Amino acid sequence: MATVSPSVTTAKADGDGRSILRRIWRSYVLRRILRAIFIVWIVATGVFFLVRLLPGNPVDVYINDQIGKYGMTYDAAAAQAAALFSFDPGTPLWEQYLDYLGGILQGDFGMSILSPGTSVTDKIASHLPWTLFSVGIALIISVSLGLLMGMAMAYRRGGILDHTISTIGSTLHAIPNYLLALMIVVFGAVQMGIINYGQIRGKLSPGIEPEFSLRFLQDAFYHASLPILTYVLTTVGTWALVMKSSTTQILGEDYVMVARARGLTDGRIRTSYVGRNAVLPLVAQIATQAGFVVGGAIFVEKVFRYEGIGITLFDSVQARDYPVIQGVLLIVTITVVTANLLSDLAYSVLDPRIRTEEKEA
Amino acid sequence: MAQVSAAPTVEAGNRGALRGFFRELTRSKTGFAGFIIVTLIVGMSALAPIFIDSKMPTDLDAIWGPPRAGHWLGTDMAGKDTLKQIVLGGQTVVFVGFLAAAITTVIAVVVGSLAAYIRGRFDSFMLQLTDIVMTVPQIVLLAVLGAFFSLDSPIYLALIIGCLTWPVLMRSIRAQALSLKEREFVEAAKLLDLGTTRVVFGEIVPNMASYILINFIIAVTNAIYALVGLYVLGLAPLAGANWGIMINNAWIGGAMFLPAAMPYILAPIAMIALLQLGLIMLTRSLEEILNPRLRDK
Repeated sequence: MATVSPSVTTAKADGDGRSILRRIWRSYVLRRILRAIFIVWIVATGVFFLVRLLPGNPVDVYINDQIGKYGMTYDAAAAQAAALFSFDPGTPLWEQYLDYLGGILQGDFGMSILSPGTSVTDKIASHLPWTLFSVGIALIISVSLGLLMGMAMAYRRGGILDHTISTIGSTLHAIPNYLLALMIVVFGAVQMGIINYGQIRGKLSPGIEPEFSLRFLQDAFYHASLPILTYVLTTVGTWALVMKSSTTQILGEDYVMVARARGLTDGRIRTSYVGRNAVLPLVAQIATQAGFVVGGAIFVEKVFRYEGIGITLFDSVQARDYPVIQGVLLIVTITVVTANLLSDLAYSVLDPRIRTEEKEA
Repeated sequence: MAQVSAAPTVEAGNRGALRGFFRELTRSKTGFAGFIIVTLIVGMSALAPIFIDSKMPTDLDAIWGPPRAGHWLGTDMAGKDTLKQIVLGGQTVVFVGFLAAAITTVIAVVVGSLAAYIRGRFDSFMLQLTDIVMTVPQIVLLAVLGAFFSLDSPIYLALIIGCLTWPVLMRSIRAQALSLKEREFVEAAKLLDLGTTRVVFGEIVPNMASYILINFIIAVTNAIYALVGLYVLGLAPLAGANWGIMINNAWIGGAMFLPAAMPYILAPIAMIALLQLGLIMLTRSLEEILNPRLRDK
């Protein structure tokens, strides 16, 4: 409320035009979006300099390589390097930087060295959806399952269900996800022969093309099932425990007691009084977790040979494919920033206090 | 306050506190089990090099040998004893895990408590910085950095892990320090004009000691996760022998399809999982000890 009065007074003093500008500036949503863009810019700048600070400047290495291998002149090699890296090593640094930023704005991250003729954007576009698909599905399953279990645990504190899920959940959480993935392969595929590892690895069976058909969807889910299983098993316990403590806290609140005293049904109290308020603090965590899971995907995808962004990054790191590394780092960051942004915006809708606090701070 | 009264009888007080600490530790079964697991693994990794000769002869007659007397866990693809490698292989993992966690915790505590106490520009700059560092998935950045700088020294590995992972902890330390800052004893210290360093590191930080300890242990598990991940992927230099490298060897060599190689793959996986589990169990118990309100639940 305090924030409304100053803008009203300024409106009187400065006229309508400026007050609108000021109100836009004060808008939480806009400021949040600007901050997201600012972070992406900082990271893009960081990646730009990181690639140049890494041991063995990639451009120089590439130019020397070309001269040594094919006997090119320096100029020819430099021109090729410029085309590949989407910047010209001969121009001053600030100009390279501006070109690079301009390229990013147009979605141009340069060309891959490893697979000539493929642009980094194409490479990312063909791999990122698979990671987003598997991680996204896993996150939805894990969060919804975890929240339900957590609530059930909070309602029956100290019961068998509570103890079992706590123990299993924290045990699974303690095991790094790539080791769990390895164990699934070792036990499920090799020892017990339940899973046909040779068939299930990869993202699609040979001969199946992405299209809108049941066969494609079935195959996509079949291949994604092991990565999804790994992500869900390693994260669901944490969600259950967080939700349990959140629900336990809400159950002790006065308004829950009042709701009971008013004679509302248990179902109504559980959903609109307890559940709603218990989930609130978890929204921000879901976004943070999304970032972590995308990061952890590099390990899990490697084990299951699931050709997502993690494998792309791994291969390009192995082959020193700098433009791809640059592009993947940036894209993954943008994904995480977007997830955070969405959760913050959702948060500000769910809990109006966030918006006002931001303004007062 | 507690510090002042304890000062004259430091000896007796410490011993009593230590005994009390142990009594509390044994009270929670899970926590005590975790404590024992961690002590055993850390002790084994630290002491093994003294007793066991790290030069293992290659025995070509015993390639992928099954478990038998003399080789309790069988032998690997070069005929080397698996059990010996397990016992010796924890050293790097434990060392880097603890060192990286120490680096993370020190940075987080210093920056976090100072930011909370000073506020103003420093605070908002640091918050902005952690915001940025936290958005780049650290595992990804670590994989890139780890592969490019050939981090053949465990100390470099620990440094790079430590320097990348502090922001999350700094956030929670800052939040803790913010609430402690409003307490009377900090107010009193401020009125005595003790200076920022004294107030922050003499009054605020010691009162977060339990919180810091628990988070240090969690940081150890995170560092081990990242480190072993690098080794398993083969992004860290594969020199020497440790659990991560063993898993990588088994994976690259396709050992999981050999029934005789099972102990060689499963043993390091089990050791890492046990260590992680032990650490997590230990934090549960420490939480109960240091936060008495949780006990009566």
